[in-house]
Amino acid sequence: MQEPLFTSVDEVADRLADAGYLTSTPVATTVFLADRLGKPLLVEGPAGVGKTELARALAQATGSELIRLQCYEGIDEARALYEWNHAKQLLRITSGRDEAWEDTRDQVFSEEFLLPRPLLTAIRNPDPTVLLIDEADKSDVEMEGLLLEVLGDFQITVPELGTITATRRPFVLLTSNATRELSEALKRRCLFLHLGFPTPELERDIVTLKVPELDAALADSLVRVVAALRAMDLRKAPSIAESVDWARTLLALGADTLDEQTVQASLGVILKYQADHRKATAELRLDRLLDPA
Amino acid sequence: MALAARLVDFVGALREHGIPVGPGETADAAAAIDVLGLADRDQLRAALAATVLRRAGQRVTFDAVFDLYFPVAVGTADSTAEIDNLDDLRTELVAALAAGDGDALRALAAAGVGEFGQYGRAGGMSGWSAYQTLQNVRPDALLDRVLAAIRTDQADGLDPAIGSAIAEQEARARIGQFREYVQAEARRRVAELRGRERISRYAVAPQTELVGFTSATRDQIADLRRTIQPLSRKLATRLASRRRRSRRGQIDLRRTLRRSLATGGIPMRPVLRNRRPGRPELVLLCDMSGSVAGFAQFTLLLVQALADQFSKVRSFAFVGLTDEITSLVSTGAADPEGLARRIMTEARLTRWGTNSDYGDSLNSFVEEWPDVIGPRTSVLILGDGRTNGGDPNLAALRRIADRARHVHWLNPEARNYWGTGDSAARQYGEIVPMHECRNLRQLTQLVTELLPS
Repeated sequence: MQEPLFTSVDEVADRLADAGYLTSTPVATTVFLADRLGKPLLVEGPAGVGKTELARALAQATGSELIRLQCYEGIDEARALYEWNHAKQLLRITSGRDEAWEDTRDQVFSEEFLLPRPLLTAIRNPDPTVLLIDEADKSDVEMEGLLLEVLGDFQITVPELGTITATRRPFVLLTSNATRELSEALKRRCLFLHLGFPTPELERDIVTLKVPELDAALADSLVRVVAALRAMDLRKAPSIAESVDWARTLLALGADTLDEQTVQASLGVILKYQADHRKATAELRLDRLLDPA
Repeated sequence: MALAARLVDFVGALREHGIPVGPGETADAAAAIDVLGLADRDQLRAALAATVLRRAGQRVTFDAVFDLYFPVAVGTADSTAEIDNLDDLRTELVAALAAGDGDALRALAAAGVGEFGQYGRAGGMSGWSAYQTLQNVRPDALLDRVLAAIRTDQADGLDPAIGSAIAEQEARARIGQFREYVQAEARRRVAELRGRERISRYAVAPQTELVGFTSATRDQIADLRRTIQPLSRKLATRLASRRRRSRRGQIDLRRTLRRSLATGGIPMRPVLRNRRPGRPELVLLCDMSGSVAGFAQFTLLLVQALADQFSKVRSFAFVGLTDEITSLVSTGAADPEGLARRIMTEARLTRWGTNSDYGDSLNSFVEEWPDVIGPRTSVLILGDGRTNGGDPNLAALRRIADRARHVHWLNPEARNYWGTGDSAARQYGEIVPMHECRNLRQLTQLVTELLPS
């Protein structure tokens, strides 16, 4: 059992905060457990709540290297695990014409001609590593089988080289937008964390941390408006990333209060659908601007 | 060990609510408790959630069961505010609601249940009632006072006009929150009297996924409606990827042989069969009467959200007569709450009375829209098949089944009620396959299985 990265839940929260990532108790607790129990952490939640950011902050907080595997439809072993560098192998074969086949073979299937992909890189890395498997729900079901095998024992077999076992278990973080239900088998091997929208207090702290120049009262109001928008049953509720963008926009506009005109003008930053725009305008009663009655 | 037994009971209660927790997860949960200790209740909650849950929709049920099995306190909570006067309670409640102070709200909820929620006498039939507490405290009547309080200490960063709209929304949300705290507190105290197992079985609301369509309350229907967008996205991905997969593979032997003539009869380049992109046409025929209307409405909205997966979707509704509602549904995406009302007012669904008449409805569908159903059409019929004693008109259904590519009937009633009383479900089920579809989980499964790709 390797040495754990953190000694207490509070330490997780503190060190992540130092890395510029403010968390709540549930998030810190789950990260702490993932480290202690040595299990991968599956983070699910809407876009823009900081799933990928969590991995980045973790790497920074623990001084680990961040290795990222971005999943997409059709990703396969050659992209995720390793691949032989065929072009280079061919060059090697043609350059050594007079060699016996045995020598050539041993040469060609050696370390030099192997192209490691993220999973293999993470497993071979002797230093602390955070392995981020991003948007795991985008990959095909076959890919999940591969992940199961790798995340189960943290070892990879390359037929020509033998089995490579992790000298140091990476901290594995999988993210998912839940466009597809991941298989039960994969979920069972992971700790599950649903990252939702933060409490108003936490969100205000995040906005102030990211945009320190913003006036405190304005940040307060901004968070309240965003919370109201989220309660509105919109097609795409504004996420933390959008709150921060909005804060930057307001700063650039030089606004010191959120009045109807400012909100109306900058609503496009936080709402991305026309229908949502209309609904928010109606419910925040911004339309009175146009219609004084 | 007491803790292990408590954990096993807790997991058992979750299973009863349809959250599948295996022994592996239970062991993980125990390991997590071992690492963290029991000192911090928030950490314990997070640890159990991380090890035991698998999807976000299970969280509400989990929290309610957790509060019963790992209660904040035994007897009177320590955090209870010491108030025995109703006016004082309401005054403090206004302050807490205006400030949005969750801890104070919880303490006031505990005080409210303790003081005003008790009924019966010791020894007899006694307990704590959330209903009675809320009747006494009447938090909804405090809305105006809360609004006034929020307005006075409003930050200066917000324009008053927008501020008031937001304040109202905030006040309503917090009052809802207070109600939930009261209910949780009452559940906790009753559980002490009557036993946790019993209360967790009856008083914890089921997951949205498992709420019966025909028995859903208004809040539950609103919850269901919120799942439409994410669910449709998930289903669309699933349907699209299945369609892609079914297209690759098969060799077209005839064309491969013909091409092989150019290479002396040796099939050098095999030709793959070119599948036509099979976007099916879909026709929905929905019973909009009484208790099944909620189910039909939900399915209409879901299919509408999936509309780009089909070449054409047409919707029909009936009570005593059939009328086309395609345009009502497609324009209704912006206002899903009003869909049922608009269907009832703008479409001609009844001749007299409001009882469903399957015989006439099927007949008018077949007579008036004979060309809607063709060999490429899939038909989904939604309804309970209760004819109110009328003629089920099996001949009309047979005509639909003969002409369409597939017909499936989704019935929101439990299978063992089919064919009882005035239900013609069994008779209809002999003509077209009938599926039980009582909750969201079954509907999701059926949509993926039945919709052709």
